[in-house]
Amino acid sequence: MDNSYEPIIVGFLCNWCSYRAADLAGTSRLHYAPNMRPIRVMCSARVEPQFVLKALREGADGVLIAGCHPGECHYVDGNIKTLRRYELLKRMLRQLGIEEERVQLVWAAASEGNVLADAVNRMTEQLRRLGPLRWRETVLGEDGRTVEHVDDTMAKEV
Amino acid sequence: MSEERVGVYICHCGSNIAGTVAVEEVSQWAAGLPNVVVSRDYKFMCSSLGQELVEKDIKELGLTRVVVAACSPHMHERTFRATCERAGLNPFLFEMANIRELDSWATDDRVAATQKAKAMVSAAVRRVIHHQPLQLLPVNINPNTLIVGGGIAGITAALEIANAGYHVYLVEREPSIGGHMAQLDKTFPTLDCSACILTPKMVDVAQNKNITLLSWSQVEAVEGYVGNFTVTVRKKARHVNEEKCTGCGICIEKCPKRVIDEVFEAGLGYRKAIYRPFPQAVPKYPVIDTASCIFFQRGKCKACQMFCPAEAIDFEQQDQILKLEVGNIILATGYDTFDPRRIPQYGYGRLANVFTSLEFERMVNAAGPTGGRIVLRDGVTTPKSVAIIHCVGSRDKNYNEHCSRVCCMYSLKFSHLLHERLPDAQVYEFYIDIRATAKRYEEFYHRILEEGTRFIRGRVAEVTDAARLPGEEGKLIVQYEDTLIGKQRRLPVDMVILSVGMEARRDSRELAQIFGLGCEYNGFFIERHPKLDPVNTMTEGIQIAGACQGPMAIPEAVAQGAAAAARVLSLISQGTVMMEPVRAHIDAEKCSGCRICNNLCPYNAIVFHEDRKVSEVITALCQGCGACVAACPSAAITGAHFTDEQVMAQIEGMLWDVQPQFAVTSTETR
Amino acid sequence: MKYGYYPGCSLERNAAAYHQSAMAVAGPLGIDLIEIDDWNCCGATEYFSINLLPAYALVARNLALAQHQGVSDQLVAPCSACFLNLTKTDRYMADSPKLAADINEALAAGGLHYTPGSVRVRHLLDIIVNDVGYDVVAARVSKPLIGLRVAAYYGCLIVRPGYGGMLDDPEHPTIMDKLLRVLGAEVVDFPLRTQCCGGHMTQISQEVAYEMIRRLLKNAADYEADVIATACPMCQLNLDAYQANVNQFFKTDYMIPVLYFTQLMGLAFGAPPDELGIGKEFVDARPALSKIGVAMPSSGTPRRSETSKEALPMPRLEEE
Repeated sequence: MDNSYEPIIVGFLCNWCSYRAADLAGTSRLHYAPNMRPIRVMCSARVEPQFVLKALREGADGVLIAGCHPGECHYVDGNIKTLRRYELLKRMLRQLGIEEERVQLVWAAASEGNVLADAVNRMTEQLRRLGPLRWRETVLGEDGRTVEHVDDTMAKEV
Repeated sequence: MSEERVGVYICHCGSNIAGTVAVEEVSQWAAGLPNVVVSRDYKFMCSSLGQELVEKDIKELGLTRVVVAACSPHMHERTFRATCERAGLNPFLFEMANIRELDSWATDDRVAATQKAKAMVSAAVRRVIHHQPLQLLPVNINPNTLIVGGGIAGITAALEIANAGYHVYLVEREPSIGGHMAQLDKTFPTLDCSACILTPKMVDVAQNKNITLLSWSQVEAVEGYVGNFTVTVRKKARHVNEEKCTGCGICIEKCPKRVIDEVFEAGLGYRKAIYRPFPQAVPKYPVIDTASCIFFQRGKCKACQMFCPAEAIDFEQQDQILKLEVGNIILATGYDTFDPRRIPQYGYGRLANVFTSLEFERMVNAAGPTGGRIVLRDGVTTPKSVAIIHCVGSRDKNYNEHCSRVCCMYSLKFSHLLHERLPDAQVYEFYIDIRATAKRYEEFYHRILEEGTRFIRGRVAEVTDAARLPGEEGKLIVQYEDTLIGKQRRLPVDMVILSVGMEARRDSRELAQIFGLGCEYNGFFIERHPKLDPVNTMTEGIQIAGACQGPMAIPEAVAQGAAAAARVLSLISQGTVMMEPVRAHIDAEKCSGCRICNNLCPYNAIVFHEDRKVSEVITALCQGCGACVAACPSAAITGAHFTDEQVMAQIEGMLWDVQPQFAVTSTETR
Repeated sequence: MKYGYYPGCSLERNAAAYHQSAMAVAGPLGIDLIEIDDWNCCGATEYFSINLLPAYALVARNLALAQHQGVSDQLVAPCSACFLNLTKTDRYMADSPKLAADINEALAAGGLHYTPGSVRVRHLLDIIVNDVGYDVVAARVSKPLIGLRVAAYYGCLIVRPGYGGMLDDPEHPTIMDKLLRVLGAEVVDFPLRTQCCGGHMTQISQEVAYEMIRRLLKNAADYEADVIATACPMCQLNLDAYQANVNQFFKTDYMIPVLYFTQLMGLAFGAPPDELGIGKEFVDARPALSKIGVAMPSSGTPRRSETSKEALPMPRLEEE
C-alpha cells in the first residue's frame, strides 16, 4: 500500500447533535483527521442507503453517519430509524464485498466534540489499513458486471 | 446543463481560515467550476462590506445562486440569507460551506485543509444549483405558557409572565411549590431567612389571577410544536377536596401514622401520612401519601375524615388527566444533591454523626425536626467540634467532574451558624479552594475567617470511628492531608457535615425525552449556546431555567427564570413566528398508498386519505426530519431544502478529486 | 467448570485448612480445581525485594506450566499473595516485551515458555462469587449460619491494584459480605476491611505489626463480631497466631477466631467441622461456632441503635 494513500470519508452529520459536536470540536481547536468531508442533514434519519452507496460509488473509501444519542434525537426517534436502516445496509454491503468498517454509525451529542473527533480519527486509521475501496474492482468485477460475493457469515446467521 | 449563475465567496475570517486554508487558491479554483460566474475571496464576509460585495454581485451580475464558504451555518446562515433577500434573491437560494469549524480550525495540515475546503465549496456549488425558492411559514403563538417546576426559578418566571398579562400553568410534582429554597434556613451572603423571602412570592403565585397552579401534578406527554403544544398533565389525587378544605390542619394532627419525610426533611424528620410539606405550603391543602396511609394499605383508620370539620377528605378521589394548550414551555425542574453513600469512605449511613449539608440545613432551620437545635444523631448531645468537608461528589473524576458552585458558600454559612448557636464549638473546614465568586461572597468569607473557623486545605481520605490514638475513642476521626504543611493527620470531631454537590435530577433523562430535549452526559439539560443562549434549548418553544441547566445559586436561578420569561413574552408579543420551510411534501401522483411513511412520523404529521388512497403531510405539524423522505419506496416524498437531487449533487461535489478516477460511470444522466 | 489450581506454599502447611475447606466446597459448587503439576513457590514478597528477574521467572514458571498443561485457560489461586504475584507477572510481561523475552529466556532453560495473557489468573473468591454465583451458593446452604456475627476481612491484596481488572470497590468491597449473608450469617460492618494485616512485618518489626493487628481486632470487637472471615493465609496467620502476642503487648483480651470464608461456606453446606480444618486454629473457633444451629431471630438492627424518642432517623443504606 503506498504511503500517500489517504482515505476519504463522506460524513453525514445531523444538524442538532453531531454537526454541532463537529462545530464544537472546531471551536475548541480540537484537531482530528481532515479525511472526513461533512454533509449536513437535519436528522440522521434523512440518510438513505442510496446516499451511502452513491458516496462509495463516487470514490469515497468510507461513510460516517453521525446522530444524536438514542433518546436524545431532536425529532424523537429519528436516530433509531437510522440504526435500523444501518443494520440492514451493513448486510447488503457484506454481500457486495465491502468491509464493515467502511460504513459506520456513531452517536455524538452536541457537547461531545471530542467524541466525534475520536470517531473520525479511529475510522480514518481503520480505512488507512484497509486501503482504498475501488468500487469498480470490488463490486463490479473486471468486466463491469456485478460480482456475486459468497458471504459465509450470512449463511451462519440463518 | 443548468443555466444558473452562481457566485462563490471565500472568507478569510482574518487568519482563522486564511491561516490554514489557501483561500486565494480556492477562490481562483472555484472560478473554474461549472456555473460559477464570479468567485471572490474577502477578509470578513460577514462584515457590512463583505455582505455588500454579495449584494452588488447579485444585482450587477444577475446571480441566481450564492455560495459563501466561511464559518458554521449555525453562526451566519441567517446573516447571508438576509443579505440575499435584501438584494432581491430568495434567501433559500443560498448555501454555506463550513470551512472554519469543520476545516481550518480542526486541522493544521494546510494541504489537506485546502483540499477539503475545495471539496466543500464544490459540494456547495453543485448543491445550490438544485435549490428552490422557498417561503418561511407563519406559526401562531398560543399566549398560554407551561412552567414545569415550582422552585424559585419557576416561580420567578411564572410571576413575570403573569404580571405581563398572560396566562401561566405552573406544574409542580410535590404537594407545594417552593422547591429546595423552601428547605433552606439562611441564604448566603446576606443571611436572609430563606422562607421569609420566598413565601411572599409563593403567596403571589397563589393569588395571581393569571397563574393556574397545578401542584401534586406531573407532565406525562407533550405533543405539538412551538406556539402549539398540547401537554398532558396528571393531576394526582390529593384525596382532599380543595373546594372544601380550609387548611386548618386537624387531619394532620389526628393522623396516627408517622413516617420519615425523605423529601422535605431530607430523611431527618417525620411527617404524617396526610401531610403538608411545611407549614407555609402553597397551596395549603394537604395530601394523603397512599403508600403510607393506613386506610389505603389496610382499610382501617379514616381518622382524618372523622375529624375534618369541613368534610374535605375524599378517599374516592381520582387522578385527573388534563390537556393543556400552550404556546411555550419553561422547564425549571431543579436539582438533586449528590448521594454520599457512593463514597463509602465518608461513612454516611454507617456512622451516625455524619450528615449531609441538606440534613444539616434542616437541622439548623427553626421550623425543622430539631427546632433549630444543632445536635448529634441521638437528638440530644450538642457537638463540640464539627468538621465540614467540601467537594463531596464534586471536582472528582470518580463521581462528578464539575464544581457545584454553591457548596463553598453554604459551607461558610454553616460555619457561621455553628458559631452563632454553639459559641464554644470548634469548626473545621476541609477545602480544595474557596470559591467565593459573586457579589459580597469574598467579603463573607473574610467575615467567617475572623470568627475562628479553622480552614484546612486538603481532601479528606476517610471518616472513621476506628479509634487508634488517645482522644479518639467515641469520636469520628477525619483522616486528611494538610497540603499547606505537607502532613497527614487525624482529627477527632463529634460531627461531620458533607458538603454534597449539585447534580441533575435523577429522572432528568426521562423528562428530557418527554419534551424532546437533549441532556448532557451528567444529566443537566443542554442549552442552545453555553455563552450566549443559556436559557434556550435546541427545541423551539422550550426554555430551561435554573439548576436544571447546571449548578447555580438562587440569584442565578432567578435571573434565568426572568430571562426565560422574557423570551417567552417576546414570542407571545410577536404573535406569529416564522418557521423554516424545511418540510416534507408528498406528490400524490407518485404515492402508491403503501403507508410506510404514516407510522414513521414522530409528530403524526402524515395522514392517509382513505378515499384517494394516498398519504399527505400536514405541513404545519411537519418538523422536517426527513425520515419519511428516506423511507418512501416510490420516492414520492420530497424534503424541501434537503432533496435527493441536492444531497446527491453535494456528494458528487465532495468527491471532486477522486470522482474522475474511481467513480463508476453513472447510468443516470444526472 | 474446570480450573487450573495453584494452592501455593501456605495451603500445604499453615493454611491447610483453607485448602481442605476449598476442596470440600468445590464439589457442591460444581467446580473442578485441578492442581498444576510440579508448581513452585511464588516467592511471596521476599524474593521480589532481592532480585527481580529471577523472582518474576519463578512466578512465570507456574504460568508456563499452567499454559502448557492446558487444563483450562483460567488459573485459580486461593492465596491473595500468590494471586497478586501471578497477575502482576502476567501483566508486566504483557506490558514489557523485554521483560517477557528475558523471562522466557530463563524459562527456556527448563524447556518452558509463557505467552503473556494465555492464562487468566483469578482469586478463589472471584470465581465463587462471579462464576458460580450467589444463587447456586444459596441453593447449597442446608445449615444457615443464623445468629453468627461475621466480620468480612478482605485484606489489602485482592481489591487493589487490580492487575487483572478490579474485583470490587477498592475502598468498600462488598462481595464477601454478600456471600456470607447468603450463607445466613449476620454480617457486621467492618470499616477496616481492606486495611493491611501487617504482612511480614511480624518478622521485621513486631511493634509495628502488633499495632496493625491490634487495630483490626479492635475494630472487629467494637462491632461485636463473633468471627472474622478472611480470604488470605497471611491475614489469617497474623490475626490468629499473633492474637495472643497482641493481647500480651497491649494488655488487651481479644478472643476472636479467624476463619477462612470457605470454612464458613463448608459449615453452611452441612460439612462436619473437622473436614474443614476447624479446630486447628490458635484462637479456637468452636466456642463461637457453637452459636450456629441455634435458630435465633435475625436482629437486623445495627449494634448502636437507640430507640430513644429524641433520636434523629438514620439514612437508609441499601442491603447489598
